[in-house]
Formats: sequence, structure tokens, C-alpha cells
Amino acid sequence: MRRLWAVLGAVALLAACSRPEDAPAVRAADTLTGGLTVFAAASLADAFADAEAVIERDHRGLSITFNFAGSQVLVQQIAEGAPADVVATADTKTMDKLVAAGLVERPAVLARNTLVIAVEPGNPEGIAGLADLARPDLAVVLADPSVPVGAYAAAALDHAGVTVRPKSLELDVKAALAKVTAGEADAAIVYATDVTAAKGRAASVAIADADNQVVTYPIAVVRATAHKRAARELVTELARGRGRAALRAHGFLLP
Amino acid sequence: MRRRAVPLPAMALAAVAVAAFALPLVALAVRAPWSDAWRHLTTHEARQAFVLSMETSLLATAVAVVLGVPLAWVQARVDYPGRNFVRALTTLPMVLPPVVGGTALLLALGRRGIAGQYLDDVGVHLPFHVSGAVVAEAFVAMPFLVLTLEAAFRSVDTRLEDAARTLGASQWTVFRRVTLPLVRPSLVAGAVLCWARALGEFGATITFAGNLPGKTQTLPLFVYVRFEGADPAAAIVLSLAMMAVSLAVLLALRDRWLGLR
Repeated sequence: MRRLWAVLGAVALLAACSRPEDAPAVRAADTLTGGLTVFAAASLADAFADAEAVIERDHRGLSITFNFAGSQVLVQQIAEGAPADVVATADTKTMDKLVAAGLVERPAVLARNTLVIAVEPGNPEGIAGLADLARPDLAVVLADPSVPVGAYAAAALDHAGVTVRPKSLELDVKAALAKVTAGEADAAIVYATDVTAAKGRAASVAIADADNQVVTYPIAVVRATAHKRAARELVTELARGRGRAALRAHGFLLP
Repeated sequence: MRRRAVPLPAMALAAVAVAAFALPLVALAVRAPWSDAWRHLTTHEARQAFVLSMETSLLATAVAVVLGVPLAWVQARVDYPGRNFVRALTTLPMVLPPVVGGTALLLALGRRGIAGQYLDDVGVHLPFHVSGAVVAEAFVAMPFLVLTLEAAFRSVDTRLEDAARTLGASQWTVFRRVTLPLVRPSLVAGAVLCWARALGEFGATITFAGNLPGKTQTLPLFVYVRFEGADPAAAIVLSLAMMAVSLAVLLALRDRWLGLR
């Protein structure tokens, strides 16, 4: 009899300790859990860092690790067997390579982005549009055409009929922007979101809609993942759920 | 020479070490598209990058010799306060991530850099220019020469120098006729190491000098751009070519000038 009382007492104590607010965090139904590795385009870095904070707060058992790099590097790494669960690239062309190789599931559209001309704060050189980038007195930096943003920039310049003599062909969009924020270049063609991320260290000059390129960011689950279910849920959360506000705050256009 | 029994564990571990070096290189050779190799080597862009890499790495080595030999001598022979600090400072580029080195160079010598703004006034622009690539390579590679040479200067038997001096030789003559010949193997070894490091330099170059074919796109940059871009085959072929050149130089110099077998 004494033992029964002891057990009942212990149960009562446990019940008192678990407050009702804790219940959702420990519910067994949360399958978005464990450690997930997300390979993402460099231009997603800031938005995904914010999204991570919010999503990990909702899903206590979840720990997201990011690998940010140029999209073509990500494709290379995944093709060589890097342990990614989810991949998000900065254009459909690079993602299509993964799809064609059977390395990812069907991609979803994560976000869209546009091109702008990044200039120094206050636009001291008075750059008004793509045509100005042909001015010989300007130090213009582009991304290499093998990098998505470089290919888009080339397409935009081509459409506008402008020939630019770049000082350098940088290997990713952040490197191109860094040359402007360091004061080394007068202008670079980057994504709108990158100028938002520079927080005042660069200003943007719009590119006419007719010449501009709409950049689609696809996201997909890597087939080789050991956490298929959680990876799929994370893709949904990033593209349709909590990720949206973070993406919007960083200047992305949402599908 | 008397032969000694070689301990088996040492042999086994040494073999593992050799395999660790050899395997990645063998992998490159196995994966290389040998049938197109010549075509990849002789494209305009590849030749351009190759020539540029040779130019910049040799110039960087020349800079390193002109500045590094006096530095190594001072470090070895002059006792002054703060010498250890200077040694640490001049060794730093060996351990600094090259991209950080490149950023630091940009902050120092770029258009808005603390020294670069004055260079800009007199019309000197290092970033986006061949000279920028040379500066970046020299910055990263010079410590290899300085460290090698400083050790050599220290190990010179100073009695030989004293003897020369008592025979009436000036300090410069002593250095030129006695000290320098004594350290020559180390000078060559240091210069070769420095050159090899300069040839492979990537991070500081791309950060400080940028990446423009024919101007600052050295071979490592070319290889990187091709490898992630449209043409990984060309990247592999060019990497192998770079390795072959370096290996040939290292082998030749070791036999010819260092007298080591």
C-alpha cells in the first residue's frame, strides 16, 4: 500500500512539472527533426539564416547545417557525393543538371529574384542604367558567365545592346558586390537581394524591365538523403511555410 | 654507407604518407581526357593563363628574392628588440587564409586602401592589374624563401666570414664572396619553394587582383572557373600540366643545384 502511494505521488509530481505550453514541443508527431544539411546558393545565405532561426524554434529537435556556395559548385559537390539533404540553387539551369542526373527529386520554386546594378552609396558616378556601364571611365565588375548571375548579366547586357569591358569576372555574386562595397569597382551587376543584404554599403540602380532577367530559385530534396521525410518537410517549410517571410524580408519575390 | 635495418612500422607509415600524396594525383591522371588533352592545353585561354602564371610567379619570386634575402639576413644576423615579433609577422601569410590575405591587401593597397589611396593619386592601380597578381603571390609566397634562408644564414660558420674580413674584404665582398655561396643551396631551395607556392596561389590573387582572362586570370583561377563551369575536362588537363611543370622543376633543381639525392 505504501508503495502505491509513492507511485501515485511521483506521477502527481511529474504531472505538476509538465506545463501545458510544453506539450507541442514534445509531441511525437513532429517529423521535421534530426540534423539536416542544406546546400544553398550564396545569395540565399542571409534569408536562410533567418528562416533557420524561426524553423528551428518551431521544431526543437531540428538542427539545420548550411553549405553556401555558387550554384555550380553545389551541383559539382552533390554530383561527387557530398552529404546534402536539400539543395537550393540560384537558377533552374544548374538544378536541371541535378534532375537530369537523377540526383534530386522534383524541384519546387522557392523564390524569384531580379538583377540590379550595384553602385557605391549615393551613386557618385551617376549611373542611370545598363547603357552607362559601357562608359570607359567606370570600373565595372561582373560575375563569370559560368556563374548564374554572370550568365543573367550577360543576357541582360546583350538584350540592351551594351558592351561592357569588365575589370574582373568574379566567381560568385557576393565577390562581385564586395568589389563595389570595398570601393574597388564603381558598379557590378548583382541580384536585388544582394544589395538589400549589403545594408547601406551599396545602392542599387534599376535595370529596365525589358532587359532584366527574372531569376528562379528552385529547391529540391537530394535523393541520396538518409532523412527523406524530414528533408521533404523542410523543403515545404522553406518554400511554403516559415521560409516565406524571411525570403520576402530579404528582397526576394515569392511565387 | 652502412646499411641499417629499416623499422617496419616506419616503412608502413611512410608508405601510407606517399599513398596519401600520390592517390589524388593518380585520380586526376586516371580521369583526365587524354584523347583531347592536347586540344585543351592549346586553347587560346589556356595558353594565356599558362603564360600569365609563369610571368607572375617568376616576377613574384624575383620580388621575394630582392626583398627577402636582406630580410632573412637581418633576421639572422642583427639582434634587435622585436625580432621575434617581426619573424611572426613575416611568417603570417603562410597560415593566413589566402582570401583574408587578399582582403587585407585590398584594404591596404586598393583604391580606397590606407596606402592605396595615395598610390591611386600617382596613377598606380594594383587591383585588376597584372601587378596586383604579382603582389598577391609575393605576399603569400615570400615567407617560404625568408624562413629557409634565415635558417641558412644562421648556420653559416661565421669564422669563415671573419677570416675573409681579416684578409681585408669589405662587408659587401664578404657577403657576396663568402656568405652567399655558402647559403646558395638554401637560396635556390627557398626560391623554388616560393615560386611553387606563387604558381599555385589562388585566394589572395582572386580577392586582390580579380579574375580577368589575359590580365589576372592565372592558371589556378582558370582551372577553378573551368572546373565548376562548362569545362571540367580542360581543368583537369591544365592541372596535370601545372603539376608536371612543377614536378619537373623540383626534380631538376634538387639534383642540379642542391647536390641532394
